[in-house]
Amino acid sequence: MLLSLAIWIPIVAGVAVFALGGDRRAPLQRWVALVGAILGFLVTIPLYTGFDLQNAGFQFEERALWIARFNVYYHLGVDGISVLFVLLNSFITILVVIAGWSVIDSRVGQYYGAFLVMSGLLNGVFAALDAVLFYVFFEGTLIPMFIIIGMWGGPNRVYAAVKFFLYTLLGSLLMLVAMLYLYDKSGGSFAIVDWHRLPLSLTVQTVLFFGFLFAFAVKVPMWPVHTWLPDAHTEAPTGGSVVLAAILLKLGAYGFVRFTLPILPDASRELAWLMIALSLVAIAYIGLVTLVQTDMKRLIAYSSVSHMGFVTLGFFIFNAYGVEGGLIQMISHGFVSAAMFLCVGVLYDRMHTRMIGDYGGVVNTMPKFASFMMLFAMANAGLPATSGFVGEFLVIMGAMQANFWLAFVAATTLVLGAAYTLWMYKRVIFGAVANANVGSLKDLNPREFAVLAALAAAVLFMGVYPLPFTEVMHASVNELLRHVAAPKT
Amino acid sequence: MSTIAFLSHLRALPEMWLLVATCVVMVIDVYSKDEQRRLTLYAAQFTLLVCFLLTAYVLFESEGTRQLIFSGMFVSDVMGHLLKLVSYVAVSAALLYSRQYMLDRSLLRGEFVTLLLFALLGMMVMISAASFLTLFLGLELMSLCLYALVALNRDSALSTEAAMKYFVLGALSSGLLLYGMSMIYGATGTLNIYEVAAHAGRLVDTESDRTFLVFGLVFLVAGLAFKVGVVPFHMWIPDVYHGAPTAVTLIVGTAPKLAAFAMAMRLLVNGLLDLAQDWQQMLALLAVLSMALGNITAIAQTNLKRMLAYSTIAHMGFMLLGLLSGVVDGNRLNAADAYSGALFYVIVYVLMSLGAFGVLLYCSRAGFECENLEDVKGLNRTNPWTAFIMLLLMFSLAGIPPTAGFYAKLAVLSAAVNAGQIWLAVAAVIFSLIGAFYYLRVVKLMYFDDPKEATRARGGLGFGVALSANGLAILLFGLLPSLLMNACLEAIKAL
Repeated sequence: MLLSLAIWIPIVAGVAVFALGGDRRAPLQRWVALVGAILGFLVTIPLYTGFDLQNAGFQFEERALWIARFNVYYHLGVDGISVLFVLLNSFITILVVIAGWSVIDSRVGQYYGAFLVMSGLLNGVFAALDAVLFYVFFEGTLIPMFIIIGMWGGPNRVYAAVKFFLYTLLGSLLMLVAMLYLYDKSGGSFAIVDWHRLPLSLTVQTVLFFGFLFAFAVKVPMWPVHTWLPDAHTEAPTGGSVVLAAILLKLGAYGFVRFTLPILPDASRELAWLMIALSLVAIAYIGLVTLVQTDMKRLIAYSSVSHMGFVTLGFFIFNAYGVEGGLIQMISHGFVSAAMFLCVGVLYDRMHTRMIGDYGGVVNTMPKFASFMMLFAMANAGLPATSGFVGEFLVIMGAMQANFWLAFVAATTLVLGAAYTLWMYKRVIFGAVANANVGSLKDLNPREFAVLAALAAAVLFMGVYPLPFTEVMHASVNELLRHVAAPKT
Repeated sequence: MSTIAFLSHLRALPEMWLLVATCVVMVIDVYSKDEQRRLTLYAAQFTLLVCFLLTAYVLFESEGTRQLIFSGMFVSDVMGHLLKLVSYVAVSAALLYSRQYMLDRSLLRGEFVTLLLFALLGMMVMISAASFLTLFLGLELMSLCLYALVALNRDSALSTEAAMKYFVLGALSSGLLLYGMSMIYGATGTLNIYEVAAHAGRLVDTESDRTFLVFGLVFLVAGLAFKVGVVPFHMWIPDVYHGAPTAVTLIVGTAPKLAAFAMAMRLLVNGLLDLAQDWQQMLALLAVLSMALGNITAIAQTNLKRMLAYSTIAHMGFMLLGLLSGVVDGNRLNAADAYSGALFYVIVYVLMSLGAFGVLLYCSRAGFECENLEDVKGLNRTNPWTAFIMLLLMFSLAGIPPTAGFYAKLAVLSAAVNAGQIWLAVAAVIFSLIGAFYYLRVVKLMYFDDPKEATRARGGLGFGVALSANGLAILLFGLLPSLLMNACLEAIKAL
């Protein structure tokens, strides 16, 4: 019941906001959206507090026949891998609603409606245990995101929206064919757990691996199919960038853990070299690309690609450090990238430019803001005692167990990450006041302060005391690794 | 004739009622003045309502059994009833949607209504045809009415040209079909489709007879392809869709697809299932070509009606995927799944097409045709709700969940994959990706661009409610596809 509530409360609230009509009722719409988002978050809290740490299987399961013709069930459940993402998503939704409070002033109902519906759908993706249900949620998120980027985005928004949509659709459609094949082979079952036990020859696994790879690699995004991300991120409104970075990017990585690794373990092991190579390229090469960006949002977008490379690297070295590190990195990146985009949003709302060159000396006029951004920049660079450090450290440990040179290349991110983040920070925040516009900046208002403070608390807490996050995943991750280690053919 | 035999003819009651009622409507119309035209429309809607109830009654009374009546010329089965019910809905919606549009262009004459009802009668005869003769009779009744409807706007050169093309190509395809039928008749010695099936099963094993049958089959498939509108027999579709008044395009693009589907089912599945291997290959070629040409050409269109015409071609190609996946190496285990997938597809397509043309009609006014891509620019600013309905329809046509269009694609793709046609399925998804682009462009124009002029569309309350119901039905069947899917499966199982 809880999972259904987590999915449907935001969707119902979103429809209600949308149905309230035009901008005359904007204040009411904002409040309805906020109440919906908060309620949506509150119902996810028992998922964490009531979570059984010893149980590696799925908990809070719900199951009802949905489409008899295809044997499709409305089957929900979370394990240690997915439960945190439901919480993360519901938490970020509240921040997004608050962040858009005064910034979005046209077609408010449609904006909040799209966000809340998407939040519900995203919870659905993480909770779905039936492949068709998963696919419906997975694809359904495209519609609101397309609208959000295209309607409230920057100057090049239409190009970015269409590119985002078609790119991700291509991947998903190939995954659909792969799913239908598995449906056929399993004798007519769409249950993901049934597929985990399905024996498949290595050749078949390899072909299916690429079918799924396309869908998930585009979503992650992995090099070389990452090119939609900088465009989408740059042109999306602040809220859109936050959800995109914090949650949407996790869908791909989550797909690897839920589908690729357990269903196709042999192919995953066979092709791990490919995944590792792609991940390392993302980490090192994209890290270098990030250095030369002049647009702040583009810079953070590229740094996301680089960070997500860490996640996929962690998954495909097949040890507990790697997988848990990857998952932790996903959650930490959810907080940190959201915070970074919100910081840029704060500046953009005042100056209407994202170019690093237009700033300089912001610390003189916005000291509170500068200290928050300092913290998030450090977290983005992976400084110890921030959440960014935990994941990267675990993945590098895992890589070290697998191969020294692997760890060596992966560790370049610590240098590069520090370089691009701090260099940007220095150019934007420090120095003398660059121009009159910067000179007239106002510091954070209470709403912005609250949002950033919430994220700062999360980042610090997770960096200092990560146990509450790691302990929920132990059982499920170990079970997953046991499953992957056993040959399936 | 015994009483029982007589009573069994009551299964054709909807057809009988429609024939009588249409004649009455015609008479009513003759005696009513222009400003009383409303009366004709009400009478027509009442006729359709009674048809619906009668068919529903026959459906429940028959308890899923199949019965041949009129000396085996006419078959009454679940698939027929289902298709007829959807046809009534489509025609009724067409009447409702087109009233204001036709009125604004002084085209709302009695002929429009009666021709439409006669066309419906033709479709019903086609749907229930158990003999080549009945099939042809129904086909011609439908086609002739549609030719006349396309030419309804006599003063428009575009319409007249479209009607001419439609007529010439339609006559040609009827000829092909008739030729194919005569071949089959020559080989089997019967016109009855079910007897053809019995004979064909015996004949396929002899080489010479088989050649004869396949020869006839080629012409049948070509004729069918014309009527369904798939490449390379698609040339009439864009011109007719473009040239006809939008209200008529809506009619041509919806209910006749159901009849064409029924014709394909009767001829190929009921009649020549033993030749499945042969016609499945032909359909596979038609399907791939249609999906490719339809989706790629649609991108280049600036006229929405033409774009939707190419989209129809692509969708019919997709539907064929279901039809061609029924029999694998003589094994018919998956047949019901595959054909019901195609049936589901065609019904969902008709609903989507109805809605899409409905939106165009809704946004048209006296002296303004909403038919170019530019005309929907900024619709979200002027008519947010209409834009939202169109958004649902476009995403459904593109096959994005949670809309009904996705399950339609899922049903036929899963049939193709079950039949081992993986490459066909991969080709289909790639072309549907290409297709997504032009549907997306419509959404982009409506939502991301500014309107050319800020005028609210007005289509009347009844129209608005019907159109909303149409759009929301797409969402409803997307959230609960079982409602329709089970009905389709039952219909095919009872075949």
